Amino acid sequence: MESQADIHTVMMIFQDFVFYGLAAILLFAGVRVITARNPVHAALFLVLAFFTAAGIWLLLEAEFLAIALVLVYVGAVMVLFLFVVMMLDINLDKLREGFWKALPVALPIGILMAAEMVMILGSKHFSSEMITAPAPRPAGYSNTAELGRQLYTDYLLPFELASVVLLVAIVAAIALTLRERKDSKFIDPAEQVRVKRADRVRIISMPAEKELPPVTEAVAEKK
Amino acid sequence: MITKIRELFASFMLLELVKGMALTGRYFFARKVTVQFPEERTPISPRFRGLHALRRYPNGEERCIACKLCEAVCPAMAITIESEQREDNTRRTTRYDIDLTKCIFCGFCEESCPVDSIVETRIFDYHGEKRGDLTYTKPMLLAVGDKYEAQIAADRAQDAKYR
Amino acid sequence: MMETLQNLLGPAWPVVWTLVKIIAIVLPLMGGVAYLTLAERKVIGFMQVRIGPNRVGYYGLLQPLADGIKLLMKEIIIPSAANRTLFLLGPVLAIAPALAAWAVVPFDLTLVLADIDAGLLYILAMTSVAVYGVIIAGWASNSKYAFLGSLRSAAQIVSYEIAMGFALVGVLMSANSLNLGKIVLAQSGGILQWYWLPLFPLFIVYFISAVAETNRAPFDVAEGESEIVAGFHVEYSGMAFAVFFLAEYANMFLVAALAALMFLGGWLSPVAFLPDGIWWLIIKVFALLFIFLWFRATFPRYRYDQIMRLGWKVFIPVTLVWILFVGGMMQTRWAYLFH
Repeated sequence: MESQADIHTVMMIFQDFVFYGLAAILLFAGVRVITARNPVHAALFLVLAFFTAAGIWLLLEAEFLAIALVLVYVGAVMVLFLFVVMMLDINLDKLREGFWKALPVALPIGILMAAEMVMILGSKHFSSEMITAPAPRPAGYSNTAELGRQLYTDYLLPFELASVVLLVAIVAAIALTLRERKDSKFIDPAEQVRVKRADRVRIISMPAEKELPPVTEAVAEKK
Repeated sequence: MITKIRELFASFMLLELVKGMALTGRYFFARKVTVQFPEERTPISPRFRGLHALRRYPNGEERCIACKLCEAVCPAMAITIESEQREDNTRRTTRYDIDLTKCIFCGFCEESCPVDSIVETRIFDYHGEKRGDLTYTKPMLLAVGDKYEAQIAADRAQDAKYR
Repeated sequence: MMETLQNLLGPAWPVVWTLVKIIAIVLPLMGGVAYLTLAERKVIGFMQVRIGPNRVGYYGLLQPLADGIKLLMKEIIIPSAANRTLFLLGPVLAIAPALAAWAVVPFDLTLVLADIDAGLLYILAMTSVAVYGVIIAGWASNSKYAFLGSLRSAAQIVSYEIAMGFALVGVLMSANSLNLGKIVLAQSGGILQWYWLPLFPLFIVYFISAVAETNRAPFDVAEGESEIVAGFHVEYSGMAFAVFFLAEYANMFLVAALAALMFLGGWLSPVAFLPDGIWWLIIKVFALLFIFLWFRATFPRYRYDQIMRLGWKVFIPVTLVWILFVGGMMQTRWAYLFH
């Protein structure tokens, strides 16, 4: 029994270690996202940040959110982002040109925002006494199933509305970029697939050698 | 319309793909045609153009008279010949190099030779281990010719009536 | 013996025990991967009326070892203009997800490393991360062929993941669970209860998407040796290249195992009179892998625009329609057919 308790405390300490490790990586990655000179490096650090954030969410037993973060943001959004960033030829010096000019405006705004956040998060409403730890879940509790139930019952309308808005956004994006180019040599694969051999080729059988007409006198003389 | 529906149905049934896989599946069990090279060899034509050789007459005199026709005709410029007059006043080569890394094995040298001296043999599995190994000199070519003379002569005899 | 070890190691025991289990999964997997390369060469050889490698060992059975030793001995060349860190990170990122995903794959009723509820989601997440190895390798090489290959691969994997995900949604609807073990158990009752039957279109779509997802022929445009030399791994040599190779084959094992678990009843026996067991899973995985190799021996490479068309305009609509159909049928009295 004693060793059981022992293992429990060890696991708690281990969890703390994991949390602080992940948090340190997350902070480092976050800072590098905005300081990295190379945009591809910045994007990759953002991926790392997402990944570690997912790890922290896993510690909070929010496994669905954590995996969805990896699946959606790391697996899809950032891939497309990298796709674009890698192909762009970004001139970093040009991007950094306005740094000193913008600093007098940007610095106070940044300080103001930081101060606001400190004031809000540091107030007593956010102190750890105010937020009690959630009751430990029973063993069979599935946070994915619970989320699904909530989304499709209590929050059905907002959920569907959000879906429709996203759909409209997709349609709009496609409609904006879709243009029929006259000079495009686009070929329709469907039509290509449909072509059968019989439509293009006719195989006829004919003798390999053909009797030539006899050479007449006149032709022979001309030669 | 009906054919279109039929085509759509066929493409969704992946019929053509299944047909293709049936074909490869059948060949999976077919008798294999691989030739296990060093142990088994495919038959070679007497006209095969492989490693070069310089031949001799039966009395031991080398055939080459340094006419340099092969050097002239060689499209890859792989042949280098130098010649001099021997004591018996015949013209002979002092140098006859073939750079096998340049040679394209077209067989022009063999065809141009008036005395059937330079020939291409059936040997195709030779190698060099360091740079320069594949530049064959006159003694090397003569050695090849001496070693395989029987085979070379038999091949020429077999092909003679078509020349 | 386990007891003594447990007492000896004390609190470190769970970590050690997990590591042992991980090794017990990874080692056979790597062996399987090595021999899959030989099987591929043999199968393709046989279909091309050749006999394949047969020099190293009896029937060429030591060929993978010889290849491995050769690749280990070779120098890893890093191109001078390459991004060194990312260049070396690429192969690692390619193989890590391929191995990590095995954590939730159940080999038997109790034989699973981590029996988590969201197992399927975890697998989807891991396979979607696998694309980073290719992208980073292509970009870090600083070579146009590698870059083209990585862009192709990225677009292809992102597109086919959607079709693959939708195909799995059908499985989830039928099984009512994200846990892979429960999905398998929901299929118990012989070959006719397995999901390949009610979800046949989804099974086909899943399998073809899996081929595309692993960058295998006929969807191997990412390496397309006749067009872009070798795609994303042009610049890699020695063990760095071998790791990409291992990752590709480990991914093949993974998607084949997933197809076996989700559509072919995993470790369940096809007929009632034979006992269930891990060997059924192994047989199914190898049968699916054989089909992978069969594909490669049969089909020519897809053209790139056709790959995109197939993914977006054929597979996604087909899966959507079938999901709707299954969902509709579940509301009728034939619902039992789809559970």
